[in-house]
Amino acid sequence: MSTGQRSGGTLSAQDAVDSNSPGQAGSRFLGSLYARNIRAVFARGLKATWGTNWSIMISGFVEPVLYLIAMGIGLGALIGTVTGPGGEQISYAAYIAPALLAVSAMNGAVYDSTMNVFFKLNYAKLYEGMLATSLGPLDVALGEILLALLRGAMYATGFTAVMAAMGLVTSPVALLMIPAAVVVAFGFASFGMAITSYMKTFQQLDWVNFVMLPMFLFSATFYPLSVYPQAVQWIIQALPLWHGVEMLRQISAGAFSIATAGHLLYFVVMIAIGLIVTTRRLEALFQK
Amino acid sequence: MSPGTLHYDCRVPQITTSKTPAVRGFQGPVIAASNLTKSYGDFTAVDGISFEVPAGESFGLLGPNGAGKSTTMKMIGGVSRRTSGDLAIMGLDPNTNGPEVRAHLGVVPQQDNLDEELRVRDNLLAYGRYFGLPKSYLQPKADELLEFAQLTDKAKARVDDLSGGMKRRLTIARSLISDPQILLLDEPTTGLDPQARHILWDRLFRLKEAGVTLILTTHYMDEAEQLCDRLIVVDKGTIMAEGSPSALIRTHSSREVVELRFGSERNTTVAAELEGIGERIETLPDRVLIYANDGEAALEAVSARGLRPITSLVRRSSLEDVFLRLTGRSLVD
Amino acid sequence: MTEQRTHAVLGLRSPLTPEQTASRARRFGAVYYAEHWLRRMRGYGVTVLVTAVGTPLVYLFGMGIGLASLVDTGTNAAFETGNGNSVSYLMFVAPALLATAAIMVSSEENTYTVMSGFKWRRTYYGPNASPLSSGQLVDGHVLGLGVRLLITCGAYFAFLLLFGAAGNPATAWLMIFTAILGGLAFGLPLMAYSASITEDRGQFAMVQRFIVMPLFLFSGTFFPLDTLPMIIRWIGWISPLWHATELGRLFSYGLAEPAALTVVHVAYLLVLAAGGWLLARRTFTRRLGK
Repeated sequence: MSTGQRSGGTLSAQDAVDSNSPGQAGSRFLGSLYARNIRAVFARGLKATWGTNWSIMISGFVEPVLYLIAMGIGLGALIGTVTGPGGEQISYAAYIAPALLAVSAMNGAVYDSTMNVFFKLNYAKLYEGMLATSLGPLDVALGEILLALLRGAMYATGFTAVMAAMGLVTSPVALLMIPAAVVVAFGFASFGMAITSYMKTFQQLDWVNFVMLPMFLFSATFYPLSVYPQAVQWIIQALPLWHGVEMLRQISAGAFSIATAGHLLYFVVMIAIGLIVTTRRLEALFQK
Repeated sequence: MSPGTLHYDCRVPQITTSKTPAVRGFQGPVIAASNLTKSYGDFTAVDGISFEVPAGESFGLLGPNGAGKSTTMKMIGGVSRRTSGDLAIMGLDPNTNGPEVRAHLGVVPQQDNLDEELRVRDNLLAYGRYFGLPKSYLQPKADELLEFAQLTDKAKARVDDLSGGMKRRLTIARSLISDPQILLLDEPTTGLDPQARHILWDRLFRLKEAGVTLILTTHYMDEAEQLCDRLIVVDKGTIMAEGSPSALIRTHSSREVVELRFGSERNTTVAAELEGIGERIETLPDRVLIYANDGEAALEAVSARGLRPITSLVRRSSLEDVFLRLTGRSLVD
Repeated sequence: MTEQRTHAVLGLRSPLTPEQTASRARRFGAVYYAEHWLRRMRGYGVTVLVTAVGTPLVYLFGMGIGLASLVDTGTNAAFETGNGNSVSYLMFVAPALLATAAIMVSSEENTYTVMSGFKWRRTYYGPNASPLSSGQLVDGHVLGLGVRLLITCGAYFAFLLLFGAAGNPATAWLMIFTAILGGLAFGLPLMAYSASITEDRGQFAMVQRFIVMPLFLFSGTFFPLDTLPMIIRWIGWISPLWHATELGRLFSYGLAEPAALTVVHVAYLLVLAAGGWLLARRTFTRRLGK
């Protein structure tokens, strides 16, 4: 992260020379990093996705729905009601639903920005081809992330619809969960892509799962944070998923506070850091 | 007489072991194929070919892509069942004695299938274990083969980090781990740069000298000329001709060839004006070939008719010309 | 030409004749391939180890302790064993978590690993040209997988003991083997399917979403199967995970069930494993041309 910021000042002059489209590129904002052509990357991705595996894309929202049904109905029968963010008693299904939405936003974004990007980076050599054109690394990064976000938005909408069908959406404000889920996805996608750019083997991708699994289980998804000792709570509160879960839970219950803004800020910072590192890395990898 | 030795320009090493090839007691040909056929549905990849390979011979299958060479190799290698006909390797039928047949063979497939999850040397050890060979043999053998393949300093490298030529040499080293007397090589040098090919040819030539029976497919005539004692020219699943490279050239071509280029527009029209020069004239889209025993004389005859080609070249006949003669098509397109 | 002056000499002769090699391969070929399978695993040994240790820790803390605090306070009736006794939620989920771990490992080793052996990495074609038969590659794979499952489930069981979640120590260790059986019952049919894939169209993502996930969630893993409405309870009945879990509960805390049902659990798992194995052998033989 710090490397991205450190080298930030020295880029424009040198990169304008390296770029395949010099001319005005050097004088423009972000120079050769950005060719204002995210659309090309986005359109290619859209075509590729819908051409080959649209069924997978559509089915992606099934997973959180299954969790909601299994845990909400099966486990809910055992647990009964729990205390919601506003202090009121809510059903267990209503408690976990927004958390599962945050988790699915995370999962989709992480899959798209790790597995998928890793493959394109190392096997399909897709980015190498793209960066040999006038596209800059930021175009590629944003284009790919945007694609992940479109998918995330679709899933979030689908999931919210299921929630509504189960009677778990109780106010129009709760619909704000959809854009909020996209923000969560944005954070994970840009950060995930940054991390993937450092990976060399498929095995290293397993480490992503090692981080995701405990984060999924511990981030107040299925039970409140209060079951943990204070020290453990701090660690969890430092991780992004907890912020996503809390933010969506507050929106779902309509219980906004200063904390809601704090969670949002967390993701804004995460997005920024992820984008900076990804751009620097793509540049270092392909525009030597 | 092997034409390979004529062209071979490097110091020929003396390999110490002289070998008695073949299974103890087995006297017949190492490979005997009779009316060998392989069909996939309606498509017949190999259409009733017959040949025999005696022990110690270097035998080639020359033909363009899709001629049925690889399919034939797979049947010999005991990894593809024939549709009909007979096939014996060391007198054994691969359909019923697959493990025994494969125990006799070292196989270099067309596409490298090295184990990328293992390091270079471990690839050799792991492969040797499939033959049930003990570690006490495999360890020194692996080192010997790495030396042979000029990969000693890469022993601990990842397979991914090797160049194409190195991977190919490692595949050949791997095929030799069980000390086989028969080596199947499917397009051993396709896709390699000229220098990598020469290194490989050198290694293969040493094996041939050590008495290993080589069966190789290729679509490079220079490769066939360098390595093969005898070869069959294969096209569309059938054998077009058989013999040593020099005999094939003698039978199916003239001693020399004149290659003339008049520009792609004019080649066809000029061909008519060349009528009568040399033994035979072949018109290709990009050039005109005149087959003649004296190339220089033929070239003079062309000038005498007032024709001025953009480029002209006199060369010796090659297997390419044989193939062109037999099939009317180029070998490498 | 960059010729080297030192000439390598292939002096070392094989201690075995081809006939001896072939007869060894016929007898021990599967073991030879399992050896390779495990050697390959050493390459990502750290991953295997961290999975084997990390997964149980995370699940036991998350589900067994975290979720238990909610469930045990929420339900006054603890988990019935069927014969008048009851057990804690931790004890209830432990056998399910163990069986889940086996199935996760098994699905990991039987999807991309198998498909890429035919397609991208083509790792099956090397040994295929050796004296080994196609069927032996499958057998060796199953043998190697068995070893990995044993390591994973053994480690998991040690953690169950540590968390006091293993129940009766005299019989609870048998859970290791019922979990392995569950892993094979799920993994081997999947192996046969993976071996039949010639083009990657994201089938494994679909398997994950429409098979693994529902089985994981609706197999009486986190709550007894009979808390679910009848219309989805059948998912548990066909799920290898449910059968393996119920067997585990039997050995762990003596879940009371009719003996016939126990027989059904074992028989169902055996049939799936054996059927998948045979099918995989057939598919391998077909694709490898032997």
